[in-house]
Amino acid sequence: MTRTTARNGARSSTRTIVLRAIMLTVLALAATFALDPFRNYQLAVVAATFCATAGLTLLVGLTGQLSLGHGVLMAAGGYGYALVAGPAADAGLGGVGRFALGIAGALVLSAVVGGLLGLAGARLRGPYLAGLTLALVIALPAVATQVPGLGKDQGLGVPFEAVPAPLAGVMVVEQWHAWIAIVVAAVAVTPLVVLRSGPAGLRMRATHGDEVAARLAGISPARVKVTAFVASSVSAGLGGAVLAVVAQNVGPGRYSLAFSLLLLVAVVVGGLGSVGGAAVGAALVVLLPWLVDTVVSGAGMPADLEQRLSGNLAVAVFGALLVAVTVAWPGGLAGATAGPRARLARRRRPAPAPVLDPDTDPAQEPTSDPQPLTER
Amino acid sequence: MSAPAARSASTARGGDTGGGAVRGGGAGTAAALAVEGLVVGYAGAPVVDGLTLEVAPGSVVALLGANGAGKTTVLRTLSGLLTPRGGRVLLDGDDLAAVRVEDRVRRGLVQVPEGRSVVTELTVEENLQLGALWRSAGRAARRTAVDEMYDLFEPLARRRASAGHQLSGGERQMLALARALISRPRVLLLDEPSLGLAPRVVAQLFAVLRERADATGLTVLLAEQNVTSALSIADRGVVLALGEVVADAGAADLAADPALRHAYLGF
Amino acid sequence: MDRLVLLVSTGVARGLVIALFALSLVIIWRAARIVNFGQAAMAVVAVYVAFAVHAATGSYVLAVLGALVTGALLGLAVERGLMRRVPGATPMPGMIVAIGLVMVLQSLLGVLFGPRHRPMSPVFSQSPLYVGDVPVLSRYDLFVLVVALVVVVGLGLLFNRSTLGLQLRAAAVAPEVSRLLGVRVPRMVTIGWMLSSAVAALAVLLLVPTELGLNAHSADVLFVHAFTVAVLGGLDSPAGALVGGLVVGVLISLVTGYASAGLAPLAVLGLLTTVLLVRPGGIFATKEARTA
Repeated sequence: MTRTTARNGARSSTRTIVLRAIMLTVLALAATFALDPFRNYQLAVVAATFCATAGLTLLVGLTGQLSLGHGVLMAAGGYGYALVAGPAADAGLGGVGRFALGIAGALVLSAVVGGLLGLAGARLRGPYLAGLTLALVIALPAVATQVPGLGKDQGLGVPFEAVPAPLAGVMVVEQWHAWIAIVVAAVAVTPLVVLRSGPAGLRMRATHGDEVAARLAGISPARVKVTAFVASSVSAGLGGAVLAVVAQNVGPGRYSLAFSLLLLVAVVVGGLGSVGGAAVGAALVVLLPWLVDTVVSGAGMPADLEQRLSGNLAVAVFGALLVAVTVAWPGGLAGATAGPRARLARRRRPAPAPVLDPDTDPAQEPTSDPQPLTER
Repeated sequence: MSAPAARSASTARGGDTGGGAVRGGGAGTAAALAVEGLVVGYAGAPVVDGLTLEVAPGSVVALLGANGAGKTTVLRTLSGLLTPRGGRVLLDGDDLAAVRVEDRVRRGLVQVPEGRSVVTELTVEENLQLGALWRSAGRAARRTAVDEMYDLFEPLARRRASAGHQLSGGERQMLALARALISRPRVLLLDEPSLGLAPRVVAQLFAVLRERADATGLTVLLAEQNVTSALSIADRGVVLALGEVVADAGAADLAADPALRHAYLGF
Repeated sequence: MDRLVLLVSTGVARGLVIALFALSLVIIWRAARIVNFGQAAMAVVAVYVAFAVHAATGSYVLAVLGALVTGALLGLAVERGLMRRVPGATPMPGMIVAIGLVMVLQSLLGVLFGPRHRPMSPVFSQSPLYVGDVPVLSRYDLFVLVVALVVVVGLGLLFNRSTLGLQLRAAAVAPEVSRLLGVRVPRMVTIGWMLSSAVAALAVLLLVPTELGLNAHSADVLFVHAFTVAVLGGLDSPAGALVGGLVVGVLISLVTGYASAGLAPLAVLGLLTTVLLVRPGGIFATKEARTA
């Protein structure tokens, strides 16, 4: 029931996906040794962002629900973590136990918020859902300041996760946080990939393609949409928890409208529906602003101009990317590279077991994936 | 009148009009609507392959054929919604290739498309005003035109302020027809107007069509699955199968010839 | 009681501007069946131009004209130059492109003009007039009221009594049939964009004197409020936009006055959510399918 047969005869079973995920995770963990602390910090942020973009790309790409406020779900995860881990730390609980409890808090809060949004999304058509999520993300600072216990503008503190004793001699805290981020990302994203490869993914595609036909086939579109929303919200929530751990703080300032729009940029550029694309997109939206800022400050301009550019130039580039990708390459990076990747995979495959990146589920090839942006 | 025998479709691209084509208005009268070697299709196999037919001015031609024969495709191409891969469409001798959809109305080619084409969000009056826009400039002229239609279709007059979605199926089709007639078209195309309507209503609508053709010289190309009703008001019948013309004969001959009817019209 | 009157009249004044912006959303919905998420950013650009005109000529009237013309031209440019190239089978690519446009416009404005809010002094006095002892609307508020009414009436006449309006409406709800009847549908869509953008620019121009000033993000909150209004009143109803605007404006004012300013966004969100879930049709809408 969890096997899908793709066009070129390859199969992605749950086992393959999980093995692939483990392999990638181990590779990433090993790679952290080669990075300096700042890069590891960036890697952690990218991994956390990936949790959100992976879910968002499935939500937008597979079920066609445009969420402009996915940052709110990350925030829900971050706050959920802080609200549980904080008191746990105060109560003297430490280490893995406190972390696990915090994660549980993140899961619960993001699942609840995601579930509510999903219920709304199941009933609303595209622009209305988008408008609702927009209103939500703009209202987030108000929520933080008005609801007691959320720490207002400064947000909540998050207990510091120190490097555990056995590893203390081997790594610094940034690398440890990168490890946490990588593992959480693997745990958050792998179920999403399994979900999309299996019958749930088929149901999502069916619903997105033609709701009436899906209903006639016994699929409940509302349930599919809510499931997708909750799955993507929980994943985003885990990412938010990671961000909270890495920054030791969670506050409304980080989860602005601009941030949520960056998540959207990440999934559009990476390719709607592609988890691999979501990874690339996450890296893009985290690293490009930093890169632009570095270039701008190194260019020796008047301070006023430099300040104006540093915030805005990256945003302008991202906006242009959104437009360009939607108009010219609707499949994003994943769509544009699908052909070469498939050819590469066919050449590399000597035996029945396909050497395919688990993120490039064969069903993603443009010809069989219902790319919503190019439907006529 | 040509012999009512099935003839194979003309495959010549843009030239052969099929020997012996019937002309209604006497030798030498140019066809109001002429199609030459039309090829329409999507990627792969063409839906319409080398279709040729002529419609004489002031005549009613029934375009017959089963579902999937290509009738709607032909009509959509005539109106410009589809671009042919080959062949020509001529209106009073003018090639319509460069004429956009919106401009074909101004030239006198109007279609009542398939399905409920009444704009349901607008009222009856507004639908008619929409149809009258290209008739003539001037509010007064449009008012006259609309009132003419109310005289012709009395049920519409009673419902002039009703929104489209409040009308019955028969009233909607009546409105769609009135809206098309209001611009005094030269050539009127209708795509299965009888679909889903009671026989009495169909008879009424078709009677109006015939009357208009006789009284004003309106040329009608009527695509229908309702063979009997269509042939009852038509001068000629053209039978389409799989995108090709398989019979082109006088309506009476088509209706009377059992072999032909059986082979192509299923009864 | 005085406080209530003051709050309500402030709310009415604020609500009128929201209603005007909501009207621009109604226009583009009635003409093109889309929600333009880039509306606020485009309007802000037009108002920057109006500022420049005002600085150069000192004339408010010319500034208004500048805003209207720039808005219309922007609408033309965006529709012809950008939106036409977007795959239109589903609304999503259009929304995504609009958001990309917003990002580009706002960041360019930020680079050109910086984050500073540029203040604008209102063309009429903003001190409240008094009915007896009770402060009610100011001259400026009355001015906005007049403008809003003129726009509503004008739009009503345009859409319901003119042949252009008939074509605009037909093109939006039945594009293919309209083409068969000779309506130049693409041109109608463009006109809808131009009208909508001009009205949005007018709304933001009227808003700026009542706020801190103009900057790239001035209209973000206005968009959310106007969207709520449009949803509340029904996206195809100008009257609904007007009434809805007043309702939302008064709600915000009352919440701010009796509770706290910070709660206002939550109140709006709550209202939006309630309307979307409970009465998806909006209060004045004609048959509108907004549920999936």
